[in-house]
Amino acid sequence: MRAGDEISGWGRWPRRVCRVTAPRDPGAVAAAAAAGPTAIARGLGRAYGDSALNPAGTVSTRHLDRILAFDPATGLLEAEAGLSLARIIETFLPRGFFPAVTPGSKFVTLGGAIAADVHGKNHHGAGSFADHVAWIDLLGPDGTVRRCGPDRDAALFDATAGGMGLTGIVLRAGLRLAPVESGWIAQRTVAAPDLDAAIATFEETLDATYSVAWIDCLATGAARGRSLVHLGAHARRAELPAEKAAAPFATPRRRSRRVPLDAPSWALNAWSVRAFNQLYWRAGQRAPAARLVDWDGYFYPLDALLEWNRIYGARGFTQYQCALPLATARDALADQLDAIAAAGAGSFLAVLKRFGPGAPARPLSFPIEGYTLALDFPVTAAALTLMDRLDEITAAAGGRLYLAKDARMTQRMLETGYGAGVDRLRRLMAEAEGPLRFSSLQARRLGL
Amino acid sequence: MSAPADAPVLVLGARSDIARALAERFAARGHPVQLAARDPGAIERDRADLAERHGVPVTAHAFDALDTAAFEGVLDALPAVPHVVVSAVGFMPDHEASAADPDLAARVIASNLTGPALMLEAAARRLAALDADTAVIGIGSVAGDRGRAKNYVYGAAKAGFAAWLSGMRQKHARSRLLVMTVKPGFVATAMTEGMDLPARLTTTPEALAGRILAAFDRRRPVHVDLVWRGIMTVITLMPERVFMRTKF
Repeated sequence: MRAGDEISGWGRWPRRVCRVTAPRDPGAVAAAAAAGPTAIARGLGRAYGDSALNPAGTVSTRHLDRILAFDPATGLLEAEAGLSLARIIETFLPRGFFPAVTPGSKFVTLGGAIAADVHGKNHHGAGSFADHVAWIDLLGPDGTVRRCGPDRDAALFDATAGGMGLTGIVLRAGLRLAPVESGWIAQRTVAAPDLDAAIATFEETLDATYSVAWIDCLATGAARGRSLVHLGAHARRAELPAEKAAAPFATPRRRSRRVPLDAPSWALNAWSVRAFNQLYWRAGQRAPAARLVDWDGYFYPLDALLEWNRIYGARGFTQYQCALPLATARDALADQLDAIAAAGAGSFLAVLKRFGPGAPARPLSFPIEGYTLALDFPVTAAALTLMDRLDEITAAAGGRLYLAKDARMTQRMLETGYGAGVDRLRRLMAEAEGPLRFSSLQARRLGL
Repeated sequence: MSAPADAPVLVLGARSDIARALAERFAARGHPVQLAARDPGAIERDRADLAERHGVPVTAHAFDALDTAAFEGVLDALPAVPHVVVSAVGFMPDHEASAADPDLAARVIASNLTGPALMLEAAARRLAALDADTAVIGIGSVAGDRGRAKNYVYGAAKAGFAAWLSGMRQKHARSRLLVMTVKPGFVATAMTEGMDLPARLTTTPEALAGRILAAFDRRRPVHVDLVWRGIMTVITLMPERVFMRTKF
């Protein structure tokens, strides 16, 4: 028997030797969670930092991936928590259904999506993932499984949605899928020459189903915050050209490639990112204003590059994703872009998105109405210093950081950002004490 | 393709990972699938999953590999006569314990040899009588090719199973029944979880199932993965005096 496996989140930082168990039956999860003093559930390991790491006990749900029932009349899917969105799409898109909310990777599990209350490009209209969950079966600290949802035991459900696995382990869930008429997305791109134009574009297009912007985080002066805002909607069958309308769900299968080795640490730097951004901005301006994109290319461009987390090299990387309230977002974003440009620390991926109203009943659910900026940085001293500076701006603006991306925030930053929610979750966890204890490296760092 | 897509497939020992991966492949091709395991309640989630994802009839049945007297009854109770019968029944407890404990040793022999062999024998008799291309597929192990100090009780049972299947194959050679022997090497399954297996030589149940079906389509009597064919050739050719001093 091995002592444990060295594992990490998607950012490959931090890495820890964890005792990983992978029960093969939902009935065996309680025993797996009881094997160590504390335990945390782990899905496909797409949280970037230390959310799903616990050296004492990490319970993988990878074998709990069965589809239990589906009702085409309501779109309600009942499945085990380890089921991936990839498999949901593979199974149900040909029948005319798609996840109502999806994050930027399809390699996430149902349980993980609930635990992080993930959001997608349609947050401003559709809310976050848990808004489409009818119920969950939760293995709690007392070792029993309770079914809860928005209409029963709502406090427990709310604490679990976004609760990063600290209330227990989701075993099964009921998820409402959305009907779609095709596997194609009608996409329109608006080139916004600066930050104010980007924000104005978002505010004018709140009726678009999907909206997200690529933002050039290294552009300065008049071009600061220049963005390509991508708007999209599921194409109706009638909107498709004849050859696609004949088989509206038959989208080309993309060839996936694997990043074969760790990139050298110098490959991504301010120069290469600046050059890439310049090319991408020009290409975006020249691109046709409207086009059809297949679902896989639209929602999951990075999934085609398997193990793309290796482009940051062996040192790993971390994501910085903040949510800023509507009233303060514009100025805070301007300050953050200035800080990034001043530090010369290019982020290869920089994404700006308008959030709709959040879910204040869920103590640790990330979205709040306003804007969210997501950046990733290699783990270097300079980038960590920059992120501390970005924290100050986020906190002063009344914003918060996304736990699913985090590997470094301080307890104070959590408490500032999530306010009373933190104590609400702590109280609920204290009241529910039992033989099973749920904790992660992240929870310990954040005093949860 | 070696069986028409509407031909039912019976999978014995359905809780095993290799069984599930094979059932998945057959269901994806449109075959109705009959899952058989000691506790049919424990495979209900697999049944629902296969049926929902592939839109084929999937049924769950009680089958205890140690209850040899019930075998004909199990076959009689199936909703349709299967054209393909797969046995993925297997049991591998700690080797030292099974070498020391006669009851445990007997259970290893019964679970890996007597039970699956007698069940496939009974199935083969019925399938060979059909006027159709049919098959029984037995999942053995390369562990049966040469007894090793680390697992010779299990190895002896798998060796017997392979010999039994070989004889059945010759017996039915003139019928339309294919008797297929599969000898996997290291596979990452519940059976091997926690063992320190060499990553390069360890395959997944899903990948193995794909290769088994490819061999089945070509009606290959014996399937051993290429890399293991090489390894086992070297191991079986080694003179006994040399082999007995090796440590793997």
